[in-house]
Amino acid sequence: MSAALKLTDLSKTFPVGKRLFGAPKAGVKAVQPLSLTVEKGETLGIVGESGCGKSTLARMLVGLLPPTTGQIEIDGAPLDNADPATFGQKIQYVFQDPISSLNPRKTIRQIMESPLRYLHGMDAKARTARIAEIFAAVNLREEFLDRYPHEFSGGQAQRIGIARALAAEARILILDEPVSALDVSVQAQVLNLLADLKKKFGLTYIFISHDLAVVEAVSDRVAVLYFGSVVEVGPADQVFAAPRHPYTKLLADSAPVVGRPLAVPEAKETELPDPLNPPQGCAFRARCPRATEVCGVAMPPLETHDDRVASACFYPY
Amino acid sequence: MSFLRLLSRNRLALAGLIVMSVVVLLAALTPLLPLPDPDVTNTAERFKKPFSEGALLGTDHLGRDLASRLMWGTRLSLAVGFAAAVAAATIGAAIGVIAGFYGGRVDNVIMRGVDMLMGFPYILLALAIVAALGPGLMNALIAVAAVNIPFFARNIRGVTVGIAHKEFVDAARLCGMSNARIIITEVVPNVIPVIVIAMSTTVGWMILETAGLSFLGLGSQPPQADLGSMLGEARSALITNPHSSVVPGAMILVIVMAINLLGDGVRDALDPRLKSGALSRPMPTTMVRRTDPVPQPEGDGILSLRDLQTQFHVKDRIYKAVGRVDLSVRPGEFLGIIGESGSGKSVTALSIMGLVASPPGVITGGAVHYKGEDLIGAPYATLRRLRGDRVAYIFQDPQATLHPLYTVGAQLIEAIQSHHRTSTSEARARAIELLKSVRIPNAEARVDNYPHEMSGGMRQRVGIAVALANDPEVIIADEPTTALDVTVQAQILALLGDLRRERGLAIIFITHDFGVVAQLCDRVAVMYAGRIVEEGPTDAILNAPAHPYTARLMACVPELGQGRRQLAAIPGLPPVVDKLPAGCAFADRCPKAASACRSGDIALGALGPARKIRCIDPEIPVQEATA
Repeated sequence: MSAALKLTDLSKTFPVGKRLFGAPKAGVKAVQPLSLTVEKGETLGIVGESGCGKSTLARMLVGLLPPTTGQIEIDGAPLDNADPATFGQKIQYVFQDPISSLNPRKTIRQIMESPLRYLHGMDAKARTARIAEIFAAVNLREEFLDRYPHEFSGGQAQRIGIARALAAEARILILDEPVSALDVSVQAQVLNLLADLKKKFGLTYIFISHDLAVVEAVSDRVAVLYFGSVVEVGPADQVFAAPRHPYTKLLADSAPVVGRPLAVPEAKETELPDPLNPPQGCAFRARCPRATEVCGVAMPPLETHDDRVASACFYPY
Repeated sequence: MSFLRLLSRNRLALAGLIVMSVVVLLAALTPLLPLPDPDVTNTAERFKKPFSEGALLGTDHLGRDLASRLMWGTRLSLAVGFAAAVAAATIGAAIGVIAGFYGGRVDNVIMRGVDMLMGFPYILLALAIVAALGPGLMNALIAVAAVNIPFFARNIRGVTVGIAHKEFVDAARLCGMSNARIIITEVVPNVIPVIVIAMSTTVGWMILETAGLSFLGLGSQPPQADLGSMLGEARSALITNPHSSVVPGAMILVIVMAINLLGDGVRDALDPRLKSGALSRPMPTTMVRRTDPVPQPEGDGILSLRDLQTQFHVKDRIYKAVGRVDLSVRPGEFLGIIGESGSGKSVTALSIMGLVASPPGVITGGAVHYKGEDLIGAPYATLRRLRGDRVAYIFQDPQATLHPLYTVGAQLIEAIQSHHRTSTSEARARAIELLKSVRIPNAEARVDNYPHEMSGGMRQRVGIAVALANDPEVIIADEPTTALDVTVQAQILALLGDLRRERGLAIIFITHDFGVVAQLCDRVAVMYAGRIVEEGPTDAILNAPAHPYTARLMACVPELGQGRRQLAAIPGLPPVVDKLPAGCAFADRCPKAASACRSGDIALGALGPARKIRCIDPEIPVQEATA
C-alpha cells in the first residue's frame, strides 16, 4: 500500500483580538502540529469531542482553510496553494448537515452540474450522462434532479451530498460527521452506501465523528484527537478495545453501551482546558488519573508501541 | 401563487395593492387619456374650482388643468421614486454583498465609508448633493438614491455574512467555482427576497423625499409637473385657493399610504420567519377538542396518559403526531420513550402539560391524569400551578432554554419565586443549594454567571437545577444529553440516576439512544409513527425485542466493542403522519408483513405479564416473553 494522503506538521492557529495594523494580540491553536498518513483504500476514523479541532483539520484538508504550518501531500505530490478548485479534484468533502450544504434556490441538477462543469469542463451531454451514472451508484432516482433541496429527507439529501462529492472524481473523501444529523435507521443506510462506494470506486475515506461506535464500525484505523493533537492512533479494533491513552479510555468508558451499568468514568469535575490559555505539558493532565509532575513539564510525544498503536502519553495503559 | 394568497390574508395590504394598481395603471395610461396639455397656461382661467366646466379638478395659478397636471405629475413622481429605489437597492445591495462576502479588511473599509455617509443628516446630504450637481429632476433622483444606499448596504451585508458562512458556499468552492460566480449564483439568489422586502418598505419614503426636493424647487423644473413641485407652486395660494394644494397633497398621501401598506404586506409574505408563523403568538396551552368520552384514570401511576391523541392542523392537512398513546409512570420510576425523529415522542411529552404550540397543535382525544386529575382541558391556572412545580421539563438544548441576558441564579430564583412566596435572599440560597445538588463546582460563584460563561455540560446541569427548583414529582427529560459530548453525557446521566435515588423522582426520559435507555430506564416504550409499538421492562425488550421494528432498529445501531461490520439497515423511510396507512405503519418496511398487517387497526396487546406489543407476528413466542 502507498500513502494516499500524508500530513506533515499541519497546524492551524486562529488569531484572536485582531488589530487594525500589526500582529494580533494572541492566537488560539485549534490544531497543534500533527502528522498523519492515510493509505490508499483505507478508512481513517477521527474521533474527538467538540472543540478538539477535528472540523478545523477537515477544512484544512480540503483547502477551505489555509494551514498555518505544515504541508499536505496527495499521492506523493505536495499541495501548497490553498485553492479549493485544485484540491477539489483530488479530495472532496461531505458535510455534516445535508440540507444546509445544498443551496435552497438551486435544483439538484444545477447542484450536481457544478463540479462537472467547473472542475472537469464537461459539456452538457457528458454531464447528463455522468450524473445518471452517479445517481445510479448512490441509489437515487433521476426524477429527483429537477426538485429543490427542501423536498428531500435528511437521508436523501445526504446521498445527494455524497453524489456531488463523487462527481468531482476525487479519490479521497473527507466525511465530516456524515450521519450525525440522521436517524439511526437512515444512518445505517448511508454508512452501508459509503462502504459500497468505497469498494466500487477504490476510495479513501477520512471519517470524522464524535460517535465512537460508528467510527469503530466503519474504520480501519482510528486517530483520537484531544485539544488539537492526536493522542492515540492505531487499528480501530485495538484502539477502543484496549485503549492506551487515558483519554481514549475515558471516551470508551463514557459511551453508553447496552448491558454496561451506569457509572461515572470521570470522578474529577474538571472543565476542558482553555484554548486562550493552554496548559503546559499534556493538555489532558488535569483530567487524568495517572498524571504526575512529569506531565506538566513537557508534551508527551506520539510514540508507536509494538502493537502498531501510537499514543502520546508518558504512562500509557 | 402562494405569495399572493399570503399577501391577500393581510386585508390592508390587499387594499394597498388595489389602490396602487389603479394609480400605476392610470399613470401608465396617462398619454392615452383625453387630457389637455398639462403645461399650457391660460391665466384667464386661473384658480377654477374643481368640478367646473372643462376642468374636472380645477386649474392652478397659471390656469393649467389640474387633473392633467396631477396625472402627469404622478407619473413622473412614481417613475423617479421607483428609479431611485431600484438604483439605491442595486448599488446598496452590491456594496453589501461584496462587504459581507469578503469580510475582513474589505468589509471594514467599505462599511466605515457607509457609516460616514450615514453620519450626515439625511436631508442635508441630499441638499448638498443637489447643490453640488445643480437643481433638476435627474439630480434629485441621484441625491435620493445616494442617501438611501447605506440603508440597503447595511441590511444586505448582514444577510450576506450569514449566507457566506453556509455550508453550500463551501461546497460551491470545492466544486471549483470562482468567488465572482459564487456571489452571483449562490449568494445573490438567497439575498434577493431581503432586497425586495427592504425596497417595498422604502419606496414610499423615497417618493416622499423626491417630492420634498421638488417642493423646495430643487427637483423638477417649471413647467414640468411632479407632485412635489405642484405642491410647492400651490403653496402661496394655500389659503385663498386650497384646492390647488389639496389635489397633489391627497395624491401623495394616497400613494405613500398604499405603498407602505403593500410594503408591510410584502414583507410579511416573504419573510420566512413570518411565513412559518413564528410571530403568530401561540396560546398559553394547547387547544383541546375532544369528541370521544374522556377516559377515566386507572392504575397506580402518578402520571398516566390514556388514549392521548395530538394532531397538527396545517391548512387542509392533519398530521397525527400522537395517535392514541397509553403510558404510565410510578414514583421513583424511570420510563424511557425511544423513537426516531417524527415518531411523536417529543409531542407526547409536550402534550402532557399542554405545551404543544397552538395553532397548529390540537389535542383531539384522551386524557393525562396527574394523581387522578385530568390535565387535558384543565384551566390554564391549574396547568400553570403544576408546570415547573409538580411536573418539570428538561429540554435538549440548554443554550436555547436558558435566557442569555439573565444570570443562571436569576433564572433559578425566578423558577422558585413563581411558585413559592420566598424572599429573594432565601431563593438565592436555595439556588446555590440547587447548583450544588447538580454537582456544579464552586456554586457560590457560578450562581452569578451568565449562560454563555458556562460550558454545554454546565448549562445542562443548570437546566436540570431549574427543573429541580420546586422539588417536582415528575421530570420529563426530552433528549437532555443529545447535544452533549460523550464524557459530559456520562456525567449528566449519572447525575440523573443519583437524583432519582435521592428524591424518588419519576422521570420520563425521551431519547433515540438504546445505550442510554439500557443504562437508565426501568421500562421503555418504543414509538413509531405516533404510536407505541412495544412497551415493557428495559432488560426484557433489549434482550429479546418482540416488535420487528424494535429488533431492526437495534440491529441498525452500531455498538462499541463489536468491531468493523456491515450494519443492518431498515429499507425505506418512516411514513409521513398525515398519510398513515391502514393497519401497521411499519408494514411497508417489515420483511414479515402479511396482508393482515395492512387490513385493519392493530391493537397494543399483552405479551406475557409485563410487556405489550402492537404486532400480529411478534419476533418471539409468547412463552419466552413470560419466562
